[in-house]
Amino acid sequence: MTPVSRSAAQLRDDTAAGGLSPSGTVKAAIARAREVGAGPERLNIFAWSNDDDAREHAANCLDQMSDTTPGLLLGVPVAIKDNIATLTLPTTCGSHILDGYVSPYEATVVRKLREAGAIPFGKTNMDEFAMGSSTEHSAYGPTRNPLAPDRVPGGSSGGSAAAVAAGIVPVALGSETGGSVRQPASFCGVVGVKPTYGRVSRFGLVAFASSLDNVGVVGATVDDAARGLHVIAGHDRLDSTSADLPVPVYHEAAAGSVKGMVIGKPKEYFPETLDPRIRARCDEALERLKALGAVVRDVSLPNTAMAIPVYYIVAPAEASSNLARFDGVRYGLRIEGDGLRGMYEATRSQGFGPEVTRRILLGTYVLSAGYYDAYYRKAQQVRTLIAADFGRVFASGVDLLFTPTTPTTAFRIGAISDPYEMYMSDIFTVTANLAGIPAMSQPIGLVDGLPVGGQFMAAHFDEMKMFAAAYALERAQAAQGRA
Amino acid sequence: MSISIDDVRHIAALARLGLTDARAASLVGELSTILGHMDVLSTLDTRGVQPAIGVGARGLPTRWDSGPPIPLERSLDAFAPSLREGLLLVPRLSSHESVEEG
Amino acid sequence: MSNAELDAISADWEMVVGLEVHVQLKTRTKAFCSCSIEFGAPPNRNTCPVCLALPGALPVLNAHAVELATRTSLALNCTVQPVSVFARKNYFYPDLPKGYQISQFDKPLATGGWLEIGARADGSPIRIGVTRVHMEEDAGKSIHDRYTGVSAIDLNRSGTPLVEIVSEPDMRSSEQAGAYLRVLKQILEYIDVSDVSMEEGSLRVDANVSARRRGETTLGTKAEVKNMNSFFGVERALEVEFIRQVGVLKAGGTVQQQTMLWDATRNEVRPSRAKEGSHDYRYFPEPDLPPLVLATDWIEKMRHDMPELPAQRRTRFAKDYGLNEYGVDVLTANPRLAEYYEAVARASGDPKASANWVMGEVLAQLKHTGDTIETFRVRPADVAELLGLMRDGIVTQSAAKKIFIQMIATGDRPAQIAERDGLVKVDDDAQLVAWIDEVLAEMPAEAQRFRDGEKRLQGVLVGAVMKKSKGRADPKQLNQLLAGRFTV
Repeated sequence: MTPVSRSAAQLRDDTAAGGLSPSGTVKAAIARAREVGAGPERLNIFAWSNDDDAREHAANCLDQMSDTTPGLLLGVPVAIKDNIATLTLPTTCGSHILDGYVSPYEATVVRKLREAGAIPFGKTNMDEFAMGSSTEHSAYGPTRNPLAPDRVPGGSSGGSAAAVAAGIVPVALGSETGGSVRQPASFCGVVGVKPTYGRVSRFGLVAFASSLDNVGVVGATVDDAARGLHVIAGHDRLDSTSADLPVPVYHEAAAGSVKGMVIGKPKEYFPETLDPRIRARCDEALERLKALGAVVRDVSLPNTAMAIPVYYIVAPAEASSNLARFDGVRYGLRIEGDGLRGMYEATRSQGFGPEVTRRILLGTYVLSAGYYDAYYRKAQQVRTLIAADFGRVFASGVDLLFTPTTPTTAFRIGAISDPYEMYMSDIFTVTANLAGIPAMSQPIGLVDGLPVGGQFMAAHFDEMKMFAAAYALERAQAAQGRA
Repeated sequence: MSISIDDVRHIAALARLGLTDARAASLVGELSTILGHMDVLSTLDTRGVQPAIGVGARGLPTRWDSGPPIPLERSLDAFAPSLREGLLLVPRLSSHESVEEG
Repeated sequence: MSNAELDAISADWEMVVGLEVHVQLKTRTKAFCSCSIEFGAPPNRNTCPVCLALPGALPVLNAHAVELATRTSLALNCTVQPVSVFARKNYFYPDLPKGYQISQFDKPLATGGWLEIGARADGSPIRIGVTRVHMEEDAGKSIHDRYTGVSAIDLNRSGTPLVEIVSEPDMRSSEQAGAYLRVLKQILEYIDVSDVSMEEGSLRVDANVSARRRGETTLGTKAEVKNMNSFFGVERALEVEFIRQVGVLKAGGTVQQQTMLWDATRNEVRPSRAKEGSHDYRYFPEPDLPPLVLATDWIEKMRHDMPELPAQRRTRFAKDYGLNEYGVDVLTANPRLAEYYEAVARASGDPKASANWVMGEVLAQLKHTGDTIETFRVRPADVAELLGLMRDGIVTQSAAKKIFIQMIATGDRPAQIAERDGLVKVDDDAQLVAWIDEVLAEMPAEAQRFRDGEKRLQGVLVGAVMKKSKGRADPKQLNQLLAGRFTV
């Protein structure tokens, strides 16, 4: 068995037992990354990587643990999305406007990874400033899906999902604003987790839409994702929206079961137009859960159809403000123009790509005088209704919701050019971000050889239940596969 | 809701985004189409509904009035585009013109 | 501009003024990060990921800034809101690193207060409404005249906590505006929330002013006047702008809603180059900061712990220390001086003598040395001890003044100085008589005239003896002895 095919738990145990050296693990990961990067497929998974940097982290990983018991991710290489601040590699958010920018401070999640013995391994490619669902919109070119290189890996955390799917790392950090971890996990046949808003510190995550942003985890398996989340979760005084609540040991959910759990099947996520083959995979998963003792109940989340309009008002509005700091004054790209105004306009119009420009304009418009009430305020009111839908369902005795993660499987590179059509790929994922609840995607089968993702959603801070069901479903699928 | 070329010019100015005429013209259509999809929200009665602010938060945490600040591993010299004697330089502004400048 | 012109139009026209005052709060660190706000650091030294607006950095609110802002609100008789919301005010400027200022907009910290700026002829108080008090952060500094062709940005000030205090348009003259500012400044000094120095920029004033015919009840179109750097400048700017507006109105024109900049050297206002409609700040609730929730108990504790306010102290000083109006005014003008006086009065047990000494000698010496009461070297306890030496007849008033100078110069205690410099009062008859005889011998003409009944010469002779005694002679005893010398 090569290091790269080991799970996070195996890597950690073998490293702790001395049977595996971190430098050996990194060597294998580098070799695998080269293989998928250099071949005809040229997956373009990493925006920034540096073999020496990875080796140095491997050499240090034993020293950097915060205590003497082996960290939960000791010797585990973890790829990090390019919008999470790291000290030794650039942090450019897939954008020309941050060309050459290396953060002089480190994100809380990266510090936690290092303290758990993990080996930071490269910065993964992404849609510029996480605005996109395909990882086609990066200043560093598109990333390809390792399972079908003519197709997109999903986005915006496409590089992170691809790094795991390609077997380079068992765990990668991504970020979510409207499904940017779950959707690419679904497209790449891996596990993607978006925790409860506030569960994981955002300090050092370059903001897209602050009230929706989360750091999320991609794992090759449910267990890889659970361990990754356990390491990065927890209160951080540097993030005022971080929750001061104890963090459960998520991988202990492996011992749980779904017996007696009520799993809601929201009808709005299974519309008549849904691809019948995706519906079939979902039904199979629900049957498995039933066989394990879960009760499946039809439920309704009536405001679901409003989620995309709400999301595409709230997220661009916050983005238009969050991206104002990229002005050529203190860091990043600067292009001189006619006076100050000219410098601003040249820097920003040449630094941002078309989708980012479009969203900044959209966000500026919905916040501007005369339109605020009709758009932004209205959207935030409807957001309250969407959150209330979930609250009502979970209060009625439903433990988890199960839905498809995406309405389609991975599409071909270049297939979607209409922005709004692209926005619709997030239709089943944006609701969890709007409501702030945890959600995760895991593989539930194939359609035409392409992976399909199934999504669990839970009440605020109920990640343990979600993981328990995900572990159980994964085990049942594996058993079926062996049978 | 459709928006005009003047609207596009106005918001591009607010957002300090330079647009070519061709790009501005195509954005009129792109943004109008997107905003058209938002009109569905107006069909919902939201009277008395609080806007979602601080979702899930239990008040605002504060910090003690003391240092040290979060350290910078590299100083401004390492990343500022234009720096002289520790000051960040920008194209000349006239004094007293603050927000309104240019 | 002339006062005559102002007086002439004021017969028919009324000035309406509202003020927006920005005050830097006296914290150790910035509003949303732990950088120091000390003055005078090298450029951009007091900066961090948060106040440089580096990608991914987040704000965390300074608890002490909330305390100081709440204290300010309560001192201005405002209702402190149990829930207030931070908002982003979006605009581009190089000294605003995030491209937005964190402020408060539709849900400010406090609303509905007032303060009194004096009394009308009938004795009723003149109250000026305080619309709101909200918290926000300061921008950095733009330096335009240092290098050619470029402006220079220093972000040391970026993120300094501010409160903005917005008044109702309740003021009707430049004098009232000046009075409001002086009363406000005094309150802020008393509650110790700010250095309140307009010269140093810790207090900044923007004015909204409009004009209307006397008797009208609706408000005219207002102009905003900025760029004043003293209270005097505010008053002059208001007068100049008022005269300008009345001129426009009298000519049948309309006042434009615009920003005017005060030019103190030319004594004129001119319109800012701002394009109309160019500010659209796109306020929205700051998603990085949940709403600020203040418990009622906490607000009540802040009210309970409120330092004494100027009006309360004036009343108390008059009542407890029997001071007259002039004494109260002088001694309460500055809270540190009031505290100093009170410490002297308490330690000496003689409020009258303390008041006389502090108003006389202490203020004179402060003026002489250029010190402030905060940096004044002599401790109140030592002044009280000196007053005690006088009261107990150990030193004369004249010697006490000499001792006080030495106290300032050396920091030594008064008894020590009196002893060392031989300034203890001499009441030994033999010594006093010896000095008297010496003086009578040295000034035979005056002695003779005194002896012949020219009583006013007693002062001259006593003065001469005092001088000979270096101020140590007990004046009362001396007078008796001198008189006695000629009745035998």
